[in-house]
Amino acid sequence: MNNSSKTLLNGIFKENPTFALVLGMCPTLATTTSAINGMSMGLATMFVLVCSNVVISLLKNLIPDKVRIPAFIVVIATFVTIVEMLMKAYTPAIYDVLGLFIPLIVVNCIVLGRAEAFAAKNSVGLSALDGIGMGLGFTLSLTVIGIIRELLGAGTCFGMHLVPDNYGMLLFVLAPGAFIVLGLLMGLFQKYVKK
Amino acid sequence: MMLSLTCITIVAGAALAGVNMLTEETINAQKEAQKQAAISAVLPEHARIADAEEAEGLVIYRAYDADEQFVGAAVQTETNGFGGKIKLMVGFDADNRIVDYAILEHAETPGLGSHIVHWFKNADKPSQNIIGRKADGHMTVSKDGGEVDAITAATISSRAFLGAVNAAYAGLHGHDAYTGASKQHHPAPEAEEAELADPDAQIGATVPAEGVDSIAAGENEANQIVKPE
Repeated sequence: MNNSSKTLLNGIFKENPTFALVLGMCPTLATTTSAINGMSMGLATMFVLVCSNVVISLLKNLIPDKVRIPAFIVVIATFVTIVEMLMKAYTPAIYDVLGLFIPLIVVNCIVLGRAEAFAAKNSVGLSALDGIGMGLGFTLSLTVIGIIRELLGAGTCFGMHLVPDNYGMLLFVLAPGAFIVLGLLMGLFQKYVKK
Repeated sequence: MMLSLTCITIVAGAALAGVNMLTEETINAQKEAQKQAAISAVLPEHARIADAEEAEGLVIYRAYDADEQFVGAAVQTETNGFGGKIKLMVGFDADNRIVDYAILEHAETPGLGSHIVHWFKNADKPSQNIIGRKADGHMTVSKDGGEVDAITAATISSRAFLGAVNAAYAGLHGHDAYTGASKQHHPAPEAEEAELADPDAQIGATVPAEGVDSIAAGENEANQIVKPE
């Protein structure tokens, strides 16, 4: 396996941000009440991850070591604000649901974590691939959690009714359901995928 | 060190200003479109909507038919729900029957309180449906002795919702009653307290407004009598 595909797949399997690195748990638990919410959150985070990884990789030699954290945060916050404005303008329905969690991408550990651990040490191309891989891993994890919680909690999948009306184990839509689903998936992931 | 950080922030600021300029118009247009859609959805058939009137945190849009007859009004109101602010638009017809409502913004628990979006307009379940009911400003959930069934496991959201509908009704009619009179009406501190203390006063309409006036007047008289002594 060559270096670039390894970097790309790293984020999805070996170092999956949710199930292996266990980073960015706040949005993971809070926004996965439905499949579409989880997926939108994942995609928004992926956009920020790719953009900030590329920019930070480009600037890595210009930023003095002492101020690298504030510099990274400024770059990340800029992209998050751009995502926020774009979502407000073009996908207001999803923005209404995710609302507060979009600005909170700034403090998602996975974004700063990849900037510090990967983009600051690697080439632009690899950093972009790392961003895509990590973003995909995060999006997939959140979508899977969202699908399970939505199916068990409301009996729907991406908003489509799969079981008769008024079905739902409310537990899975609420916070405890998030922990239960996340915990079980993490266990399965460790046993079968990560090896 | 300072220089590089300054440069980064300047570039970041410029990028944000650029994106803001590009999206600002669309964002405002989206908001306006959402509001207009809600207004026409909750109003009975109409030919013209009057300009918005603002009154005590409410925004009222009165609608008239081709003959300039008042056919109903859409009232935008907001309240605190279980998870945050609930902003909604309620429509009344000329007989004060609720035509429809639309939730503009809410942060209720998904799967529980979030059902406010459709729970109260289910024609198959008369006990929870408020569409077509005659608003009287006193709608409460059945748990509180009212006639509207609350959302299962979300009584607080349901209470907040009905409270907002009541406030919208009161605002619509309170405003009616205040026209003209409201200019001379200077609520004394006592009057405001009375308004808060008296549950009927919040529900509004003409009677409590007069009541508040007379209480305030009474207080003033009492003061005048006391002073000479």
